[in-house]
Amino acid sequence: MTKTYPLGQLRPNLSLKSTVTDAVAARFRAARPDGSTTGNELVHALRGVSMQVNRGEVLGIIGRNGAGKSTLLKILTRITAPTDGWAEIHGRVGSLIGVGTGFHPDLTGRENVYLNGAVLGMKKVEIDRRFDEIVSFAEIDRFLDTPVKRYSSGMYMRLAFAVAAHMEPEILLVDEVLAVGDAAFQRKCIGKMEGIAKESRAILFVSHNMAAVQSLCHRVIWLDEGRIVAEGNPREVIGEYFQKALVPLTESSWDEPSEAPGSAGVRLRRVCIHPVEGSAQDPITLETPFVVEIEYWNLKAGERFHLMLNVLNEQGVLIFKTAAAMGAAATNGARPVGLFRDVCQVPAHLMNAGVHRIELVIARDHANVEFRKEDVVVFEVLESDTPGPWLGNWTGAVRPVLEWSTEQVMDARIP
Amino acid sequence: MTAPERSVAAAEPRVTFVRPRKGAGPVEFEELWEFRELLYYLVWRTIKVRYKQTFLGASWAVLQPVLTVSVLSIFLGRLAHVPSGGVPYPLFAYAGLVVWTFFTSALTQSTQSIVEQQMMITRVYFPRILLPISGVLAATVDMLLSLPVLIGLMLWYGFPPARAVWSIPLFLILAAVAALGIGLWLSALNVRYRDVRYAIPFLIQLWFLSTPVMYPSSLLPNPWRIFYGINPMAGVVEGFRWGLLGTELHRGLVLVSIAIILLALVAGFHYFRRMEATFADVI
Repeated sequence: MTKTYPLGQLRPNLSLKSTVTDAVAARFRAARPDGSTTGNELVHALRGVSMQVNRGEVLGIIGRNGAGKSTLLKILTRITAPTDGWAEIHGRVGSLIGVGTGFHPDLTGRENVYLNGAVLGMKKVEIDRRFDEIVSFAEIDRFLDTPVKRYSSGMYMRLAFAVAAHMEPEILLVDEVLAVGDAAFQRKCIGKMEGIAKESRAILFVSHNMAAVQSLCHRVIWLDEGRIVAEGNPREVIGEYFQKALVPLTESSWDEPSEAPGSAGVRLRRVCIHPVEGSAQDPITLETPFVVEIEYWNLKAGERFHLMLNVLNEQGVLIFKTAAAMGAAATNGARPVGLFRDVCQVPAHLMNAGVHRIELVIARDHANVEFRKEDVVVFEVLESDTPGPWLGNWTGAVRPVLEWSTEQVMDARIP
Repeated sequence: MTAPERSVAAAEPRVTFVRPRKGAGPVEFEELWEFRELLYYLVWRTIKVRYKQTFLGASWAVLQPVLTVSVLSIFLGRLAHVPSGGVPYPLFAYAGLVVWTFFTSALTQSTQSIVEQQMMITRVYFPRILLPISGVLAATVDMLLSLPVLIGLMLWYGFPPARAVWSIPLFLILAAVAALGIGLWLSALNVRYRDVRYAIPFLIQLWFLSTPVMYPSSLLPNPWRIFYGINPMAGVVEGFRWGLLGTELHRGLVLVSIAIILLALVAGFHYFRRMEATFADVI
C-alpha cells in the first residue's frame, strides 16, 4: 500500500493509513500476573488488517463482539501499541472512547469541561472559545456550577459527549456512544457527526447499530476474528454480514437457573421460535403464522414485571415491539415464585422476507428495564413457495396483505 | 510549484506514526511540553478535590506535621533527651518533618497515580508519565503550605536562618526528585502487582525510623556515617536542616544521597518507559 501526496493539489489528502499486522498479539488478557504467556494463550485481536481512510470519509467498522474493532481504535488512539505493523495519521485524532474521562464527581460542570477538555487534548484557549457552545449542546446551563455528582446520568453523559463532540479533531473515532442519552439527544449526536463529515474530516465509526452505520457511513469494513472479511458499499457489506454472521438461532435453553441469563429475580429457561404448527426446525415463510415462546423462572415472590419483544430486520431497523402487558392476558399483578411461559403469536403476512432478530426485554414499566438481551432469536422469513404476480425483492419493513378493492366508477372516456 | 500551494503544504496537519513499542526509548520532552496544560489540570484537580467535604480543609496539610512534632517533642525531646545539634528540639524535628512529609506524600501519590486513573489509561492517550509527575507536584503545594509554620517557629525561638539558606530550594527539589524516581518505579510496578499498595505504608514507616528526622545522623559513629547516605532521604533531611538551621553537615553523606537519588531517577524513568506501553493492557 502506498500513499502519495500529489503536489499542487489544493486540499492535500488527509489520510489515515494503517497496516496493523498481527497487532496486539499478546494482549495480556489471558496472561499470568507476571505478564508471561504460553504459546496457546495468545489472543490475536487483529491479524494483518490494512486500511486507508481519507479526508471527508466516514468509515464504518462492523463485526461481532471480540472481532477486533475496539482494539483497532485503541491502537489508532495510541492507548495501546500494536505488536507489529504501523499507522500513519495525518491530523489530530479525537476519540469518543474517551467520553467523560477525567470527570471528577466532586467538581462542577464548568470545572469538568476544562478538565475533560484537557484530557482529550484540547488547549485552554480552544475550550474557552467553545465553552458556550458545549454548554448549550449539553443543555445543562442552569447546572453549570453544580458538582456533577448531583447530575442525573443523562445530564452527565450529555455534558461528557458535548465536550468530546466539540474538540474538532481532523480524525474522529467513535465507538458505540450513540447509545447515550434519549432519542432526541441521539439525533443531535448523529447530526453533529454528519456535520463533522461534511467539514471534510475523517470518521471511523464502530457500531452494532446497522441502521446508523448504513445512514452515516460511506464505506464499511467487516472485521471478524481480527481480519477484514468484507469491505465496500455499506448496504452490501451489511447485507452480507447479516447473511453470514448471523447464524439462525431458533431455540436456546439453559438448564441451570443460576447460570442462565436474566436479572436478579428473573432467569430464562428456554427461548424458542417455531411455526404455529411445527417445531423449531421447520421453516417460517411469509404465510406461516409463528410463535415466540419464552420460559423463565421467577425467583422472588411478589415481583411485578412483563416481557417485551423488539423485532429488528436485517438492517437493524426496529420493525415493531410488542409487550405482554398490551394484550388481553396482561399479567401485571404480583407473581408467585415459579416457572412461567409467555407465548407471543405473530400472524402470517406481517413480516417481510429476510433475516430478523429479536431482542427480549423484561421491564417493570416503560422506565424500568430489568433485563435486556439482544438476539435471543435470529430467524429468517422465507419467500413463499407459491409464486405471486410479483417476483424478486419486495422492499419495506413489513409486508402485510391488505384489503384492496378495485371498482369501475365511470363507464366512459375522459370527457 | 507556486507560492500559495507551498503554503498549503506547510499547513498540512501534524503526522503521527503509530508503531510497536519495544523497550524504554528516550523521553519525549517535546511531547511533554505539548501536554503541559493537562499536567496543570491534573495537579489542579488533585488539589481542588483533596479537601472537598472536609471541615478543616487545607489546614490538614499543616495540622499533621504540627501534631506529630508536638508528640515527638514531648517524648523524644523532653523525656528521652535526643540530641538536636544545638537547635530547639521542636524546631529541629519540624524542619525534618516538613521535608519528610513532602517526600512521603509525593511518593504515595505518584505510586498510586497510575492505578487510580485506570479510566484515563484505558480510554485516552497522553504521556503516562504526567500522572506520577502530577502526584509529586500536588504534594509540593501541601509542602508550601507547611512552610509558614516553620518560619513562625523560627521567629518564636528567635532562631535566625543559617548562611546556607540559599540551598533550601535545592534540597526540596532533591526530595521531589527522589519521590519521583522511586514513585515512577513503584507506580509502574503497581500496575502489575497491587501488592505495592499494601507495602507502601509499611515501607514508609520503616523508612521514617531509619531516616534522621527525629534524631541527627551524628548518632552514628563516624566511619559509618557516610554509608547512611545510601538512604537518600538521610542526605536530603540533613541537608535541609543544615541550610535552614545551620546544624552540622557530613558532606560525604549528602553526596552519596544525591548520587543515589540521581540513580533512582534514571532507573525509575527507564523502568517506567519500558512498562508504560502495556499499561492499558495489564491494568
